[in-house]
Amino acid sequence: MLAALLFSAVGAITVGAADLTFVEVARALTGTTGDPITDHIVWDLRAPRVLLAAVVGGGLAVCGAVLQALTRNALADPYLLGISAGASTGAVAVLVLGIASGATALASGAFLGSAAAFAVTLALAGRRWTEPARILLAGVAAGQLFAALTSLIVVSDATAQNTRSITFWLLGSLTAASWPAVALSAAAAGAVLLCCWAAAPALDAFTFGADVAQSLGFSPARVRALLFTATALLAATLVAASGAIGFIGLTVPHAARVLAGSRHRVLLPACALLGAIFLIWADTAARTVFAPQEVPVGVVTALLGVPAFAILLRRGQKEKA
Amino acid sequence: MNLEAQEVAVRVTGRSLLTGVNLTALPATLVGLLGPNGSGKSTLLRVLAGLRRPDQGRVLLDGADRAAVPRRALARRVAIVTQHVPSDVDMTVLDVLLLARIPHRSRLAPVSVVDTAMAGEALVRAGLPGFGGRRWNGLSGGERQRVDIARALLQQPDLLLLDEPTNHLDIRHRLDLFHRLRSCGATVVAALHDLELAAAFCDRVIVLQHGSVVADGPPARALTPDLIRRVYEVDADVTARPDGRADVRIRT
Repeated sequence: MLAALLFSAVGAITVGAADLTFVEVARALTGTTGDPITDHIVWDLRAPRVLLAAVVGGGLAVCGAVLQALTRNALADPYLLGISAGASTGAVAVLVLGIASGATALASGAFLGSAAAFAVTLALAGRRWTEPARILLAGVAAGQLFAALTSLIVVSDATAQNTRSITFWLLGSLTAASWPAVALSAAAAGAVLLCCWAAAPALDAFTFGADVAQSLGFSPARVRALLFTATALLAATLVAASGAIGFIGLTVPHAARVLAGSRHRVLLPACALLGAIFLIWADTAARTVFAPQEVPVGVVTALLGVPAFAILLRRGQKEKA
Repeated sequence: MNLEAQEVAVRVTGRSLLTGVNLTALPATLVGLLGPNGSGKSTLLRVLAGLRRPDQGRVLLDGADRAAVPRRALARRVAIVTQHVPSDVDMTVLDVLLLARIPHRSRLAPVSVVDTAMAGEALVRAGLPGFGGRRWNGLSGGERQRVDIARALLQQPDLLLLDEPTNHLDIRHRLDLFHRLRSCGATVVAALHDLELAAAFCDRVIVLQHGSVVADGPPARALTPDLIRRVYEVDADVTARPDGRADVRIRT
């Protein structure tokens, strides 16, 4: 799978407006082309974007798997805790109200928005916020609240140009990929993956039920507090870098379970790899299929993710019968 | 393990679920927790297992306050089978069994070959050989219950707590289970509804009514026809056996 990821990354870099061969890309990556234009295309334009796709895809899939285990809810996804709605509000506020300009401001606004939404979720859930039912309901409520705020801001004051970029951003897009964004997202994704991977036995136990987890020596409140917060922060970081790309966090963990089983020690790395590969190809499709017109990558993941989810759903029913 | 509960009380929103419960279970004995629905059996088991903090009183394990024992150390010594085992879990039977080995290895260590072999043996003992690859959500209620009990036994506890472990089992597997509980070497406390089986197998029974202990002792002494009528509102014949157990026959 690691080989598949490497192949996908290099393969995806070759695809684009300027035709490059696999060999050219490989040489550019190892710094032996001697052609500054190829180097520029590979290093500055395509590599960050492909890497960001890999990190975001992998990170979202891991968040989804962890939240599905913690809440014992197969429909849980990284945006469960109001995070994507909050990110939209933050980004739209920056765009429309003109608080600041530029990609960094947009990302910061998105991050602050999702952090605010997570805070509202926690406040709504109250003192016993680590109970899945409470945090799910609070997340839904916070999501609705921030979606309403977003609409309010858009309606109150938006130009056609702004609306266009807002829509694009709401559906998820990797066009703003840059090396700093890649580095930040990768650091957050790596740290959270490591943390969740270390907690894999706890996640196995929680999949079976909180009582059993507790009787196996885990503190439900402490494990949930740590992992809810870690995944929320990672999701917020990723949303800030790429917008709310849907269906990866929901679908990829289910597919990975079919391939790798339900033991989280194996499942989480499998999710990371599968999510990375999936988003690399989804984004490659997004930027090339209707070229020169680019489709928001969230549209592609939904178009691919929904049928995949339906297949997995049917498969699950067959096994049970 | 010697288990002792002292003056345990649990209240929920002003309603008393347990009041002043005292209980002792000697090492390697089988103690039956009896009482009608809502008498507090499950709540008491959860307190004993450490899943719920009592509002008053304390639980002693071999004389040490349970609240002072670290979680992981506790998990190596105390296992519980709860009444409501989720049925929708998408895990294989083997993965469910392997959960029991988590407290016995360091946090980062992978599942060892020994763990897997032990899980395989546990399946054979549970009468479910070859079930390792089956999915939990595809099992019948009785099979799930047997796997969950095997999971708790695989935790190698000194104290095993079971909440109505027989409610999905057919009569043969009920008998099998009681024989295994008697011979597993751990102190076993089980909430039971079947008076006949409880009287025939338990070393001691504790009868709860409205959250208080109303009888405590060997079945032959504790389970009198009078008590059964008072607590369960049914008539029964009780014949004491020389070993302190009893034959209970409910009149229909």
